Amino acid sequence: MKLTVNGKKRSYAGLPFKRLLDVLREDFGLTGTKEGCGEGECGACTVLVDGEPVNSCLVPVGQMEGAQVETVESLASAKKLSRLQSAFLEKGGAQCGICTPGMLMAAEAHRRAGGKKTRQAVCTAVSGNLCRCTGYKHIVDSVMAALKGRK
Amino acid sequence: MRKGTVGANALRKEGPDKLTGAARYIDDYDIPGALFGVTVRSPGPRGRIKDVRFDLAFPWDQCVIATAKDIPGKNAVHLLGDDQPLLADGVVNHALEPILLIAHADRATAWRALEHVHVDLEPLEPVLTMEDSLSQKQVVWGLDNVFKDITIVKGDAQAALAEAPVVVEGEYRVPHQEQAYIENQGMAAWFEDGTLVVMGSLQCPYYVHKALQPLFALPPEKVRVIHAVTGGGFGGKEEYPNMIGGHAALLALKAKKPVKMVYDRTEDMLATTKRHPAVVRHRTGLTKDGKLLAQEVDIVMDGGAYMTLSPVVLSRGILHASGPYECPNVSFRARAVATNTPPNGAFRGFGAPQTLFAVELHWEKIAAVLKKDSIALRRLNALRPGSTMATGQVLKDSVSAVQVLDTVVKKSAWAKTRQAHARWNKDPKKPTWRGLGLSLVHHGGGFTGNGEVYLKSRAGVSIDRKGSVKVLAGSTEMGQGASSTLAQIVADALGLPYDSVSVERPDTANVPDSGPTVASRTTMVVGGLLKRAAEDLKLALAKHGGSAKRLCGDALERRFLAEYERAPGMSFDDKTYKGDAYATYGYGALAVELEVDKATWETRLLRVVTAQDVGKAVNPRVVEGQIVGGTVQGLGWALLEQCVYKAGVMQNPRLTDYVIPTALDVPDVEALIVENPFPGGPFGAKGVGEMPMDLPGPAVAAAVLAATGLFLPFLPLTPERIQAAADAAQAEKELVS
Ligand code: FES
Ligand code: FES
Repeated sequence: MKLTVNGKKRSYAGLPFKRLLDVLREDFGLTGTKEGCGEGECGACTVLVDGEPVNSCLVPVGQMEGAQVETVESLASAKKLSRLQSAFLEKGGAQCGICTPGMLMAAEAHRRAGGKKTRQAVCTAVSGNLCRCTGYKHIVDSVMAALKGRK
Repeated sequence: MRKGTVGANALRKEGPDKLTGAARYIDDYDIPGALFGVTVRSPGPRGRIKDVRFDLAFPWDQCVIATAKDIPGKNAVHLLGDDQPLLADGVVNHALEPILLIAHADRATAWRALEHVHVDLEPLEPVLTMEDSLSQKQVVWGLDNVFKDITIVKGDAQAALAEAPVVVEGEYRVPHQEQAYIENQGMAAWFEDGTLVVMGSLQCPYYVHKALQPLFALPPEKVRVIHAVTGGGFGGKEEYPNMIGGHAALLALKAKKPVKMVYDRTEDMLATTKRHPAVVRHRTGLTKDGKLLAQEVDIVMDGGAYMTLSPVVLSRGILHASGPYECPNVSFRARAVATNTPPNGAFRGFGAPQTLFAVELHWEKIAAVLKKDSIALRRLNALRPGSTMATGQVLKDSVSAVQVLDTVVKKSAWAKTRQAHARWNKDPKKPTWRGLGLSLVHHGGGFTGNGEVYLKSRAGVSIDRKGSVKVLAGSTEMGQGASSTLAQIVADALGLPYDSVSVERPDTANVPDSGPTVASRTTMVVGGLLKRAAEDLKLALAKHGGSAKRLCGDALERRFLAEYERAPGMSFDDKTYKGDAYATYGYGALAVELEVDKATWETRLLRVVTAQDVGKAVNPRVVEGQIVGGTVQGLGWALLEQCVYKAGVMQNPRLTDYVIPTALDVPDVEALIVENPFPGGPFGAKGVGEMPMDLPGPAVAAAVLAATGLFLPFLPLTPERIQAAADAAQAEKELVS
């Protein structure tokens, strides 16, 4: 089967029910996407599939034929952090960092969808992503700062 | 003068890697040739292992299996006691106790192997509650089920209680709490020219280093422990890495190949340590005006099946039992007891949240009896400079109980908010009742008593010929911001920009033992050592005309290390619990405003305001991150998080059923940093990591009391439990009338 990952065409020949999460990490070496629970509860494994945030631990790769998958590795360009990533760095949005890839992808989806620039809307956008370190305030600060910078 | 970096929001050293996905956590390492290891665990809480059966229809020839017989050294996970085996040998003392290990090249096959192993137990009667343990229904540990029994006595509490005009009693119960770091436990191990190398998710590399030596009968230089980027710890990765590290190493020894072990969420929740549940009883004697005359406190903590860190958790618990108040007559007793449940261990706060919940909520009961305002009572009795604590410690510097209390009262608009609530609650058309609650705590920084003296921590800095400076410490970054904080301290001590100081990866082959990354000690204690080492480097550099090249001479680098020295005038007696229990204390206050739905009993947080004295915020954003994050973890314990046990097994070991706060469950925590410098800390800094955890529990219970009139001396305050209490109160009222 064929799919696009971070803009690159990839083919996969293994078992179709292997989780997208494991294919990304083991077959494609993209270990930025994390596993926290394996059952759709924590959001650490969030990636974008055709622009929509998805828990990659719940998706069998067999469903990904022809899909566009984006992971945290796609956000920065040529060693330069994206606006969203820089905001997380400056505002303290990442502590231990294990939830961060998923948070960034959920926030990225919100940003691209032209989501509202209110704290409530941002909280809703990341409400499927658990963070045990930050208490969320600095994550919301980070996303808000990135959205404010948006044209 | 150049503006220093201490006090600035320096960016995290490891931040960019965490944001791009480049940071490598243990499961991100692709270790060539590595097998994956899994653990066969006890199906019951107590019994003799009769048989272990392997289904024939499984390719066991592809697996490596290790049992207790394969351990080359002593079968004990070394910590405070050597009572906990690495693998059960003959008997099991708790459900989920590790019995044997299996490794296979394929991860999925390894997990599947677990379904094909069956352990037959001859059950023995277990002890599952603290009450049964204390009454010695069965003796399951030592001679009397007691891991540790501590008393603290000051004055004559019995006599003072007999004469006190007012005596108020109360009993308080707090439950388990799961650390719920988002990265599960994981370690990898291999042998390299006879040296055992272990790498993984951990807080304390030198704890693992020490634990592996007797297990494998290896000298210190033949064991190496390397820190991988760690996805949260909160105490949960203080001692358990000794266990899983030992398991991975044993399999690696047997397989003659590297072995990685990474738990899934359910195994992590079922088997690893949690916060100790506790029962705390108070008898308090007061004058009619509310001045404390006597505090009698009895504490019992459930340690689980093995000792782990229970004695020191208990110690911190009893040392915070008074709350931040001065009382002339004190009688405290604390016991940690054994039950046949998975061992409890370190969790942010380390015994203090348990005892502080009791003493703080007890003020609400006292206030009701005396018909006085609980805040005024706290202010009347609060610790001040010159106060004498239960251990006889006289407080000198940086005592901020009243200051943080006043700050929160003001910022939360206490009186006005309470008036507004009174109006709101009178209106039958409103769908909720509203309440405001407060708590005030102190939290000792660093190891208890002589702990720091015994630890003899060492930390230092290196400089190479080009002049690059590195921080050398075994203290680990686990999200709390240790890397940037320590680099800031070193940069300022040297007068260098922040960017010119980097932090060496914690690796026992390469950094000194700066003690465990626990107990809010990293900034205050390790930071202090680093500041001294950096000052030595600065002097040496000056002697060489500022030239790193000349300072290094023929060497590639020069190292400057500092070792812990007890502050002059400090002393503590471990036997009598008299003296200076901690070098200093942080102080915090917190107000919670919430509402309770009249129909569903659901609570909703409206506002959370806290003020915490950290001495000096080396990095205000990092400090705020600790305060807000710890507060939300505490709010979870107070309102949501519930470990349900049956026959010594957690029944809800999944994030779906064990609910932690999401972004929608909590308002933005308003954190006010108070800086009352501690002369013994680097740039005046005290600890900050744990204190935020102490505050939310009692403040939430006080707010629910203010809203509903229900005094609920337990946690968590879920809608079901509030409703049950309301129904019971209603039934009692009807019975009386
Ligand atoms: S790992 Fe996919 S949601 Fe938790
Ligand atoms: S930063 Fe640690 S879980 Fe979010």
